[in-house]
Amino acid sequence: MVAIQEISKKYRKLEVLKDISLEFNEPGIIGILGPNGSGKTTLLKTILGMVLPDNGTIRVNGIDISKDYNYRNEIAYLPQIATFPENLSVKELLAIIRDLRAVDSKYMELVSLFGLEQFLSEKLGNLSGGTRQKVNVVLSFMCKSEILILDEPTVGLDPVSTVKLKELIKSHRDMGKLILLTTHIMGIVDELADEIVYLLEGRMVYRGFVTDLKLSTQQDSLERAIVNEIHGKDVVDLQI
Amino acid sequence: MSRFLGILTCLMISASVFGQIEVCSDCQFKTVPSAIESASPHDTVLVHKGIYPIHNMVITKPITLRGLNRPVLDGEDKGYIVKILSDSVSFTGFDIRRVGISHTEDYAAIYSFRADYLEISDNHLEDVFFGIRLEKSSNVVVKDNIVKGRFSREFDSGNGIHLWHCKNARVEGNDLSGLRDGIYFEFVDDSYVIANRSHHNTRYGLHYMFSNDDDYLDNYFYNNGAGVAVMFSKNIKMINNRFSHNWGTSSYGLLLKEIYDAEIKMNLFEKNTVAISVDGSSRIYYRNNDFIQNGWAIRVTGGCYVNQFTSNNFISNSFDVSYNSKLNDNLFQGNFWSSYSGYDIDRDGWGDIPYRPVKLFSYVVNRTPETIVLLRSFFIDIINFSERVTPVFTPDNLMDDQPSMKKIKW
Amino acid sequence: MKFTEKMWLIFKYSFKDMIRAKWIIVYLLFYLLLGFILLFLNNDLSSSVITIMNIIIILTPLIGTLFGVMFYYNSREFTELLIAQPIRRSRIFMGQYLGVSLSLSLSLVIGLGLPFLIFGLANSAEIFNFIMLIFIGMALTFSFTGLSMWISLRNSNRIKGFGYSVLLWLFFAVIYDGIFLSLLLIFENYPIDQFSLLMSMLNPIDLSRILVLIKLDISALMGYTGAVFQTFFGSNWGIVISGIMLLLWMTTPAYMMVRSSKRRDF
Repeated sequence: MVAIQEISKKYRKLEVLKDISLEFNEPGIIGILGPNGSGKTTLLKTILGMVLPDNGTIRVNGIDISKDYNYRNEIAYLPQIATFPENLSVKELLAIIRDLRAVDSKYMELVSLFGLEQFLSEKLGNLSGGTRQKVNVVLSFMCKSEILILDEPTVGLDPVSTVKLKELIKSHRDMGKLILLTTHIMGIVDELADEIVYLLEGRMVYRGFVTDLKLSTQQDSLERAIVNEIHGKDVVDLQI
Repeated sequence: MSRFLGILTCLMISASVFGQIEVCSDCQFKTVPSAIESASPHDTVLVHKGIYPIHNMVITKPITLRGLNRPVLDGEDKGYIVKILSDSVSFTGFDIRRVGISHTEDYAAIYSFRADYLEISDNHLEDVFFGIRLEKSSNVVVKDNIVKGRFSREFDSGNGIHLWHCKNARVEGNDLSGLRDGIYFEFVDDSYVIANRSHHNTRYGLHYMFSNDDDYLDNYFYNNGAGVAVMFSKNIKMINNRFSHNWGTSSYGLLLKEIYDAEIKMNLFEKNTVAISVDGSSRIYYRNNDFIQNGWAIRVTGGCYVNQFTSNNFISNSFDVSYNSKLNDNLFQGNFWSSYSGYDIDRDGWGDIPYRPVKLFSYVVNRTPETIVLLRSFFIDIINFSERVTPVFTPDNLMDDQPSMKKIKW
Repeated sequence: MKFTEKMWLIFKYSFKDMIRAKWIIVYLLFYLLLGFILLFLNNDLSSSVITIMNIIIILTPLIGTLFGVMFYYNSREFTELLIAQPIRRSRIFMGQYLGVSLSLSLSLVIGLGLPFLIFGLANSAEIFNFIMLIFIGMALTFSFTGLSMWISLRNSNRIKGFGYSVLLWLFFAVIYDGIFLSLLLIFENYPIDQFSLLMSMLNPIDLSRILVLIKLDISALMGYTGAVFQTFFGSNWGIVISGIMLLLWMTTPAYMMVRSSKRRDF
């Protein structure tokens, strides 16, 4: 589904991505992990075509993404920060996305799942941060697409909504989607991820199945397993 | 009734005393000169419709020459058409074409010399070099003629109505265009110029030189090199004229040069490059004039003393007043200035702070004319403002300390 | 065509977002108030046209600049979300740019048009000047909205983007003419008429001013001897060339903005 070949990216002198190659061919949930500034968000943004890599190519379903923007029909995106045009209502915002791309006809179920019906006519500028994040979630999950990219999906959500979101993510995996997500919360990775990719200073230092990782390092906790694995590769200065 | 009969008898007597001679292709007289030849003094020569080739026809007796249904006198470019050398000649109702052109002689369609009490009216002159040129002739009336020049350059065109050393002339209701000067007066005193239209002339619509005690009223001057020039003259009254669209590099609505004791009242100056350019002229009273959308309303150069500008309207001119010196001996009072931005708290109809009509930028433009492209720029407004607050380059007593808040009506 | 449909969509939402903002209402009210006060105070349309010109050529660029910058930085995150959608970047930025500049133009047209209509502009000889003034205001709005959005696109730092944009406005509105005047005075002994026209063409505010000058101050402009000026201002060349240049000033910033949006990372 997604094939990343030797991409690298520099912001002035800062190398954000170094020679990363990755392929995701099977449905499943991939946790993209790494410390702050390790290039997780940048990596996701290159797949979305928001960040243009200096070198390398990315193919989605075999098509080079630098050639045709229509591949984004197959990718839904949940950005980290949810800010929207202040003077539009929730309904109008949903309509924008609905007019831009193919959307699940049952998206109103998602709206009610997060209890947003009462806010439909409310201006986005008047919503609280948590409610805006729920709108954000609905916006991405309503898209009809094979691939979901979630950047810190649970930030700003209350516990109940977090649980609902996790269930939602699982159900979308069960629909056969590829889901790439970044998070700092290991619990989510532990609970959801089938596979993890670990980035450090712009390099991919580890990729593997969660179960394999736990087995090979003999650790129950994923956190420890990761630390172990990375240390085993002689990497210092590790902070999670 | 008896009175009416009296007038009728008088007319019949006069008709029998003064004869009438007709000219036409079937008449006894087929040419105008032959008819004049046979006419007695004070006879009427009536010329019927037709084309009559004529040049250098000399009239030496008092006579009335009248065209009926606009006969055409064709000069065939050979020189003068009519020369009047006698008093009391009346010349009316002709179309005149093809006056000769020469660089050594000032050919005119109608010329007079030492001939008083003339009446020249209702003639249409086309393609003339000079139109009507009267010399040393007094008590003349030039009325309702149309004079068209060749619409060519200044040096090969002459003047429409040209008076030299005349007195008590009355020039009224004429239409003059395509000439050098529409009307030209040199050494002409005690005369009137009334309700003429003078336009599209290469030099001036009306031009006074060394002429005194004249009035011009109700005239309309437009699209001339300059509207009116008054030079080296005294006691000229200029009332209720309209000066418009006199555009060009050295173009004025009205040019005053070395004149004294003039009155300029109730005129309208609109869309002229310079409405009035004043050079060395003193004791002139400007009152109740409208200056609308001119480049410069008043441009003062050279020493001008004791002039008064009162109760005029200055509306939307690029520059209201421009001066080339720091001295001012002229009075500006009670005018309406559309760019005045003061207030009238005591509500007496006069602005509470004085208006300074001279902008610093007008000095800049005088010095470097290309800077005109910066007119009305915000930056220019700033430097004008600072000059207004503390005058450095402009005469600091040049101001209207009683600017009107409303357009002045009269 | 699908892509224009999408641009229309972006335009629609940006336009809606703009016209519901309170600042644009304030902007509209300002023009309404200005129009009524001017007409009420002197009741003379032609001098009002001059005052309004002075305000328009300074204010519309400033407002275009401020709203362009504010819109860009306020909607940056949402723009990022849009960029991740199946739509060309150029359509997004064109749509937003049109939304901002057209909503500002609308305020101008309604705010000034209404008072003038009520005071009987239709019967006035000034109607042509007035319509031209509105068009100039719109052109400047488009130009400076484009410029400021372009600058914002190139500066992810909000403070910098804001600073540069306002500086650019200040430059075109005031500083440029100061430099211009100094150059003309320094080189006054050289033939500078062509140079002075060229300089006027290179600043959209000066250009707009020239267009108004040709209508209102032609009497003064014709006073200069140079043949270049005579042809430029005396014939229709002045209006045609300035019009074309203003059109270029209207479109080029938007084009540059769209162009740099294609190569930028979000």
